[in-house]
Amino acid sequence: MRSFEYAAPKAPQQALGLLGRNWGESEILAGGTDLLALMKDDVVRPRRLVNVKAVEGADLHALMRRQNGLQIGALVSIARVAESADIRQRYPMLANAAVEAASPQIRNMATMGGNICQRPRCWYFRNGFGLLAVDKKTGKSLVLEGDNRYHAILGNEGPAYFVSPSSIVPSLVAYGAKITLASAKGTREVPLEKFFVTPREENQREHDLRPDEMLTFISLPAPPAGARVAHYEVRQKAAVDGPLATCAALLEMSGGTVKTARIVMGHVAPIPWISQEAAQAIAGKPVNEETAEAAGAAAVAQAKSLGRNGYKIKLARVAVKRAILAAAQGGQA
Amino acid sequence: MPSYAWPPEDQRAYIGKRISRVDGPFKVSGRAKYTYDYNPKGLLYGAVLRSPYAKARIVSIDTSEAEKMPGVKSVHIVQDKGTIIQWAGDDVVALAAVTEDQAEDALRAIKVEWEPLPHFVDDEKQPPAGSGKTSGAMSQDDFVGAISNQMPQGQLIRQLTTDGVSFKVDDEFIKQAKSFSVPQPIIDALQKAPYHPESGDAPRSPYKEVRSETKGDPDSAFKSAEVTSEGVYGATVITHCCMESHGVAAEWPDPDHLVVHISTQSVSSMPGQIAGGLKGQGVNIDAANIRVEQQNVGGGVGSKFQADRWGIYVPMLSRKAGGAPVKVMLERDAELAVAGARPSHFARVKAAASRDGQITAWESEGWGTGGPGGGAAPPLPYVFDVPNQRNRYVSVATNTGPSRAWRAPQHPQAAVITMGALEDLAARLNMNPVELIRKNIGLVTEARRQIYLDELDIADKMMAWSSRWHPRGQGGNGSMMQGLGLSLHTWGGRGHASNCDLSIHPDGSVDIKMGTQDLGTGTRTTILIVAADTLGIPMEQITLNIGDSSYPTSGGSGGSTTIGGVSSSTRRAAVDARDALFAKVAPGLDTSPEKLVARGGRIFVEGDASKSLTWKQACAKLGAMPITVQGKNPGPENLTNSGVGGVQMADVSVDTETGIVKVNKMVAVQDCGLVIDLKTAESQVLGALIMGVSYALYEEKIHDPTTGIVLNDNMEFYRLAGLGDIPEMQVHMMTGKGYDERGVIGLAEPPTVSPGAAISNAVANAIGVRVPFIPLTPDRVLAALEGQKGAQA
Ligand SMILES: Cc1cc2nc3c(=O)[nH]c(=O)nc-3n(C[C@H](O)[C@H](O)[C@H](O)COP(=O)(O)OP(=O)(O)OC[C@H]3O[C@@H](n4cnc5c(N)ncnc54)[C@H](O)[C@@H]3O)c2cc1C
Repeated sequence: MRSFEYAAPKAPQQALGLLGRNWGESEILAGGTDLLALMKDDVVRPRRLVNVKAVEGADLHALMRRQNGLQIGALVSIARVAESADIRQRYPMLANAAVEAASPQIRNMATMGGNICQRPRCWYFRNGFGLLAVDKKTGKSLVLEGDNRYHAILGNEGPAYFVSPSSIVPSLVAYGAKITLASAKGTREVPLEKFFVTPREENQREHDLRPDEMLTFISLPAPPAGARVAHYEVRQKAAVDGPLATCAALLEMSGGTVKTARIVMGHVAPIPWISQEAAQAIAGKPVNEETAEAAGAAAVAQAKSLGRNGYKIKLARVAVKRAILAAAQGGQA
Repeated sequence: MPSYAWPPEDQRAYIGKRISRVDGPFKVSGRAKYTYDYNPKGLLYGAVLRSPYAKARIVSIDTSEAEKMPGVKSVHIVQDKGTIIQWAGDDVVALAAVTEDQAEDALRAIKVEWEPLPHFVDDEKQPPAGSGKTSGAMSQDDFVGAISNQMPQGQLIRQLTTDGVSFKVDDEFIKQAKSFSVPQPIIDALQKAPYHPESGDAPRSPYKEVRSETKGDPDSAFKSAEVTSEGVYGATVITHCCMESHGVAAEWPDPDHLVVHISTQSVSSMPGQIAGGLKGQGVNIDAANIRVEQQNVGGGVGSKFQADRWGIYVPMLSRKAGGAPVKVMLERDAELAVAGARPSHFARVKAAASRDGQITAWESEGWGTGGPGGGAAPPLPYVFDVPNQRNRYVSVATNTGPSRAWRAPQHPQAAVITMGALEDLAARLNMNPVELIRKNIGLVTEARRQIYLDELDIADKMMAWSSRWHPRGQGGNGSMMQGLGLSLHTWGGRGHASNCDLSIHPDGSVDIKMGTQDLGTGTRTTILIVAADTLGIPMEQITLNIGDSSYPTSGGSGGSTTIGGVSSSTRRAAVDARDALFAKVAPGLDTSPEKLVARGGRIFVEGDASKSLTWKQACAKLGAMPITVQGKNPGPENLTNSGVGGVQMADVSVDTETGIVKVNKMVAVQDCGLVIDLKTAESQVLGALIMGVSYALYEEKIHDPTTGIVLNDNMEFYRLAGLGDIPEMQVHMMTGKGYDERGVIGLAEPPTVSPGAAISNAVANAIGVRVPFIPLTPDRVLAALEGQKGAQA
């Protein structure tokens, strides 16, 4: 690991003041479960690390009810989200997603802010070839030329082909989460799905996050009454394994049929993928094997293989189908 | 003449019982020290600059700036300018500094100018028909590359002899080769190599036929065959994934003595290997003045027999730093990229049988890679010696980290290919594979026919195979399908050469010194069991010292040779020491030594209570001097043997919508002659099953076609089975009559052979179609299912 300057400020304003204007100057250290690995692999080389774990401000470390909704401080650990009785009761899909993420050790260390801001697991990126993995010699994409078995099947027109890495974010997006970003100059609030961007150039990040900003809060609206929810993850191993495709489904029911649906897919595109197609396919229908299957098919209608990842199209379709079926069968919000 | 023979069952206090590992508490409490834990005062941290290219010539190396960096104490060029690197991650420059960060910073100050060369890493594609007859003459670069990349001597000589060289081998070149300690047989072959200047520097084909054999008359046998089955089978390259990575710490207490801590499977051979390597660096030290220590090793799996490049350059770094201790442990990415690979083996197989299931013909067209040197052919067909057979194998030279022995070298791949092909044949015959095996047991070597039949019966009961087996594709309705599969395997396992010193002290204590190592298999425990059983005293009364090259030499722990070796040398030492003690005490008891027995902490004449001493009283009669004897293997009366058989069965579920395989249950039935410790033996088999589930479903070393680097050089994408992936496991060891009298036989390799094949067969049984290669990842399983649908459409 390269040497760096280390700051552990107490005052929030001081923390924000320590952030640089350009990427590379500073990086926020939360749980460190992702950042330290990136630094050891020499992929990210901040000159200054701003450890925010000790920043005061109770809200940053708390789960708080807000007008029937919920505000999650960015420094709350994934473990706390998984264990919270309130979340289990009102946002069970989020609790389940948190329970299934990573390992107990990582859930204890990792923060919700860090989970949202974690960097892609793309093996070209992690091996130092950049977020877009362009071969310097030929100008071609290493992903397209090489081994793309874990890469994007949707939103993969390029030049970015990695998949968005969080298995918790799709559930947050399905619940309609917003996040607050703070800098020394002030704060702004953005819908979580808008926070994720597909970079067009190598020096662009995959988040709408400025180098001098910190994610401070995640706000969830009140869960829609009577909504049914479930998420489904396709993982090869039983635990501690990167998913191959995931889906979070939130169904607002009207009698026996779906009124509206939010279908958010993970690990299939450079951003969490909201499938309007799947939502439309299931809207107005009762949920059964056939309609869920049709929604799955609609979700991947535009999907395209990069060469080695064609199987993921099937997995994504199955994830959507199973999430919808599970939501209708048991899940409730 | 004393009798060394193993005691009969009714006279064993420990042998064959379930005894917990003596070092278990030390390991689980963190008190056991590994090479990784060796951190003496003043330790310098080593760091290594590795090749970013899979194939490239080093044009120049400039370390001047790095040498001036703060904290840097020594720099050593491992591979100098002019060298052609053959795999990404290979060691180029090593240095040592006061802190880890200083060492890493200094690495970044080294300037290497590279000339990247075209590389080749694709081993899964079947070589074009007819390829491999010749790979073309070797250029000078090829030759230098082969030497610096440790191509196996036999293979290099064969290549020089058959393909020749494209450059003039003059006296100057020979002189140079000798100065690089190129072995004489290679020099001889080089001088005799045919000269083919016309090949110039044209790149050599990566393909080389290494086996082409025909037995019987396969052509007519296939022509007259009633049923034939064809398929493609194989296993990709995997790594060893030792929990403790490879690494070395070295220091020179004075310029003529070297002390080395190294993570190794072969303590006794290290001084010689290291002395030889240092000689190549211009440092002359006698092996006798090198001391190697290692108390514990975090796994080897076959990858830790060599001193390796780091076993030489770490002592060099220490020497250049005035003898201060220097340590290099490979980081996980390097460990995965360069320090362990099991070769891939693939094959297109055709097999034929009569309608009643008699196997008549076999043909295999195989290929695979063991790294830059290509590799050897696996033993095909495995276990079953089909009367009419043709086998061809083309080795594929790739720019990937060279292969190393991996638990039961070549056998797991051979089992996947053979047992897969036979299971497919059974499916064609509409036959239960157990029945196919029984029908063809005559094709198995005679010594093991009955063993396999007995084991099949037991496995059948443990798995309830007969009542649960169903024909292919009838594994259920809906998306979850269930299936059963089986495989057979074999291994040698005769004990290696082993020596030990055993002393009985006048105070009754006993110590044993042996230059062996305990890979985690229970070697310490079994040595103590044998000694305690022979001397008739508790295991706790014996102090065992291993893991030091200054102790009597004992073989490397590989090929399942350790248990046979160490138990035999220990038995002989303990019998001789005991008999020497008998001779001392017999006159005082007014009896003759042959009448004495040692049991239960006493020395006595059976049936005569008046002629009895406690062990302590007996030892006190020694006076001032202890008894010290040496035990050896081999030696009088053969105590170890070779050749085992095993049967394994797997029960799996396959989610046909996701291609995810879950192993529900594994059953293993295994023989290994006389079992010394039933508990560690069963543990050995359980460990093999766990490892087997892991390589059957998850493990795969993935190289990037464009850059040639290992893409999954981490524990995230190099998947290993986790707790939740481990099935119910049942082990049955064959013991008692017919087995015990064979003597001790090794057990480490055999149970690792079959899991891949058994699981692959179970998946085929579940989903009705063969998934050609392991690991059985979702993409491969779904592709096979798609293919099946395509074929039906
Ligand atoms: C073995 C393993 C398995 C895993 N499995 C899963 C899984 O199944 N599902 C899943 O979703 N994830 C998984 N992860 C990823 C893990 O969830 C993330 O590493 C973790 O959530 C990151 O949180 P952190 O607090 O440790 O972030 P850090 O490592 O501290 O930071 C990560 C990144 O986010 C930035 N950052 C952190 N906090 C903020 C903030 N408040 N504002 C702005 N930027 C910020 C940092 O600067 C850095 O770039 C896994 C990781 C590992 C190592």
